[in-house]
Amino acid sequence: MDAPLRASVVVVGGGVSGLSAAWWLARSGVDVLVVDKGIVGWEASGRNGGGCTHYNSALFHEEQRLWPLMDELLGYPTEYRRERIIFATTEYHLNAYLRMGEEVGRHGYDWEALDGDEVRRRVPLAGDSALGGIHLKVGGHANPQRTVQAYAWAIQDLGGRILQHTPVVRLVARGGKVTGVETATGLIECDHVVVTAGPQSGRLLATVGVRLPVAVARAEMIVTEPLPLMPHGGVDGNGLYGRQTLRGNLAYGGGPHEWIDLPPDGAPLSRPTSPLAAHLARRLAELLPKAAHVRVIRSWAGLIENTPDGRPVIDRLSSPENLTICTMSAVGFGLSPATGHAIRDLVVDGRCSFTDLDKYRLDRFDGVPDDWAADKGWVAAARAAAA
Amino acid sequence: MDDGAGHIPAQDPRSQVGKFAPPRERFDVVVIGAGPAGLAAALEAARAGLSVKLVDENPVAPGLVGLDVPLLYGGRADASIGAPQRMLEQMLATNPDLAEAFELGVDVALRTAAWSVFVEGDALHALPGPVVGLADETAAWLCGFDQLIVASGARDLVYSFDGADQPGVVGAVALTALIERYEAFDGRSLVVLGSDDLALTAAECALARGLAVAALVEVAPAPLGDPFRIAELSERGVRMIAGSVVRSAVRGAFGVAGAVVAAVEGDRPDETIACDTICLAVGRVPVVDLLDAAGVRVVLDGARGGFVPDSLDRVSTSLPSIFVAGDCAGVGRRLATLEEAAAHGRRAAAAVLAARGLTLPDGDAASTVPPPRPDGHDQLPHRRRWMEALLSTGGTDVLVCPCEEVTRAELVAVQPPRYLGAAIPENRCRTLSAMAGEGTPSHDQMKRLTRVTMGPCQGRRCREQVAMVMAIGAGVPVSGIPLAGYRAPVRPLPLAVLATLPETAASEEQWDVWFGIPTQWVPYDAIGTPREQELIEFTMHM
Repeated sequence: MDAPLRASVVVVGGGVSGLSAAWWLARSGVDVLVVDKGIVGWEASGRNGGGCTHYNSALFHEEQRLWPLMDELLGYPTEYRRERIIFATTEYHLNAYLRMGEEVGRHGYDWEALDGDEVRRRVPLAGDSALGGIHLKVGGHANPQRTVQAYAWAIQDLGGRILQHTPVVRLVARGGKVTGVETATGLIECDHVVVTAGPQSGRLLATVGVRLPVAVARAEMIVTEPLPLMPHGGVDGNGLYGRQTLRGNLAYGGGPHEWIDLPPDGAPLSRPTSPLAAHLARRLAELLPKAAHVRVIRSWAGLIENTPDGRPVIDRLSSPENLTICTMSAVGFGLSPATGHAIRDLVVDGRCSFTDLDKYRLDRFDGVPDDWAADKGWVAAARAAAA
Repeated sequence: MDDGAGHIPAQDPRSQVGKFAPPRERFDVVVIGAGPAGLAAALEAARAGLSVKLVDENPVAPGLVGLDVPLLYGGRADASIGAPQRMLEQMLATNPDLAEAFELGVDVALRTAAWSVFVEGDALHALPGPVVGLADETAAWLCGFDQLIVASGARDLVYSFDGADQPGVVGAVALTALIERYEAFDGRSLVVLGSDDLALTAAECALARGLAVAALVEVAPAPLGDPFRIAELSERGVRMIAGSVVRSAVRGAFGVAGAVVAAVEGDRPDETIACDTICLAVGRVPVVDLLDAAGVRVVLDGARGGFVPDSLDRVSTSLPSIFVAGDCAGVGRRLATLEEAAAHGRRAAAAVLAARGLTLPDGDAASTVPPPRPDGHDQLPHRRRWMEALLSTGGTDVLVCPCEEVTRAELVAVQPPRYLGAAIPENRCRTLSAMAGEGTPSHDQMKRLTRVTMGPCQGRRCREQVAMVMAIGAGVPVSGIPLAGYRAPVRPLPLAVLATLPETAASEEQWDVWFGIPTQWVPYDAIGTPREQELIEFTMHM
């Protein structure tokens, strides 16, 4: 038997938040090891809308500060592009988007309200259906697939290690501290553990008596064949999120999700798509009528976890005090540059240097009952029906 | 969940549960593919009194022929494919059993594509029963079934070489379909790559229609196929050039104008053979796109020509409601005869009847027909030998994925796509062999990083070739490259067509851009303040 692996910090889960955390730690010279059950960034971290505009988050300013720098900092292209246009085909959505613009403006960023004609001028694929919208001179979008790999390679360039295809079975604690993680192939010892295991986080944290309430759902997106590039790729609305990629494909999601039960042993779960692809196609054809002839060539589904209030948990616990946990509650990709920075600060300095994170603490869920997800109907349909 | 007071909390109103419309139509059995296996399966099920729908995408619309859907037509279909009625008549005329299907009351839907199969699974409970997504040129809809028989056949194994991106490089399966089924082949003179049953059959088919076949080119030192047939072809003027591959195709005003044939070993000089078509006839690949996307377990089996449904009896699959028949269950070196394919179809129908607790009208005869037996010959080493010879003669500056313009070299060097402009500097470059040290080389991962296999052809033109180049580049067997996953829709479908799928009022009313959790979007500074409730109400429904 080989001697156990050792690292100063082990990051459990190579999704986008864990990768960014490991990258920030490696930048600070910390000996960091990322352990993932499969390939890094393989799940929802690498398959999502790619949006980088989260005005609701405590990390918003840091998100906006970092994205324009990321290609250079990482050394690999993320395909980040600044700005977003969000436009409506109904008065209801138009009103909501205008209020979103006001909210972004309240944070000190520039935005414009657009009428239908202005939308058509700025979005060549828009048509008569466009009633108006907003143009945010902030935020933007990036390529999730390329970004997760960029993080991973940047970690390795800085001397960090990544262990793929290695499921973590449980965390190991002794004397009120976490001492390592047990994987399918052996023990990894460490001084600090960061758990960013997405849907698996609740199960893994339970192995050291920490309760992180998350429910897991499947969400879906569609992608079309490439089209000539619009001046702004970050265009969505009409109940959809998404973008035109730099390759020219339209990649959009939205609409209903399905809550699922994770197998208790962490066994892999399929990620089927559903007929939702057709309803996404309908809304995309309504939003961008001049693209209605374009062919859909793929759809995909990802598994995403949500906390009871849909807000992140980013917290260094008091017990075990060398355990830092993070779930972004279904809104993780765009915020990831800032999330990693926050996690690095918590691990190294014990507190976040650039924003308040008190409202993202885990103990806000102390009073949440065990069957909270069932109360909300956030459970698999088969379970609900059998009850 | 019961809270003890008899109260069952409702499902999250924003979830998919209860949102999908019931299927537009329903049948006991739906058969995908009206080739000999699918047709025989449909007839057998109909004779047993079941309601049956038989779906076939052929004859496909001209735009799809141009996209090489579902076969590698290679720009050599003539203008007559623009006349749908003629194409349909051709299809009926060359397939007399279709008339019997109509007579037996089978709902025959030609020119109708199956773009996805949706069945309940551990992460999908929201369906209105098992359904297959169908589409014609104007509409998409769902069709319910108890049992589905997939008889989607086999498609061409595609290799590229310099000049293969112009019209005139045609797959053998596509060639025979264009010649025999549609009488719509727009070429006159061929060079055929391969020397086994597939290549010999393609050459014989072309000669029978009065076309010129200049040569068969085979990478192995000697031809593989039946010596008697090869001698016959030779008597008719077809040369057999062994130990050779095509280095490149000569570029001409109307596409391929010749094949440059290069010896794999030795110093024999290149020879340019005039032709307007290079026919790829090295191998065929079972079409498992619909099956894989539906969640049927597939395994790589070289003796069956690639990834095939994991099945002991060759008709059932890992999903109890889905059955297979014909070439999609596996292809050997020898083409199946019509009678063998039909027998396989009848076996699939018998398995469906057994699953329904029924027996065949004439006893259990069909089920006693033994399953078609592959000859046990692993086809993968010979395919890899072709790939290695194409690499050694043609070099690495050849497109491996024409849709996304990725060369062999760019794939092996894991270069970002060309639209990003600058390549990653060499000292920061990951190669396939370096990445292989971190775990199994993954075709799906290469899709993300290089965009290989991500184009509008949905991988039909490059999938196997990419896996082979990856295996060679990473120094692993082809069997070490997992299947790159197929995704619905497995046929390219216009937004406007897919959009016609009926949507329920509940889906419209509850649609939300994301999870519909109102507290999720409250700005951080407003959490816990009097503004919070106002903002929650505002974001109740986006």
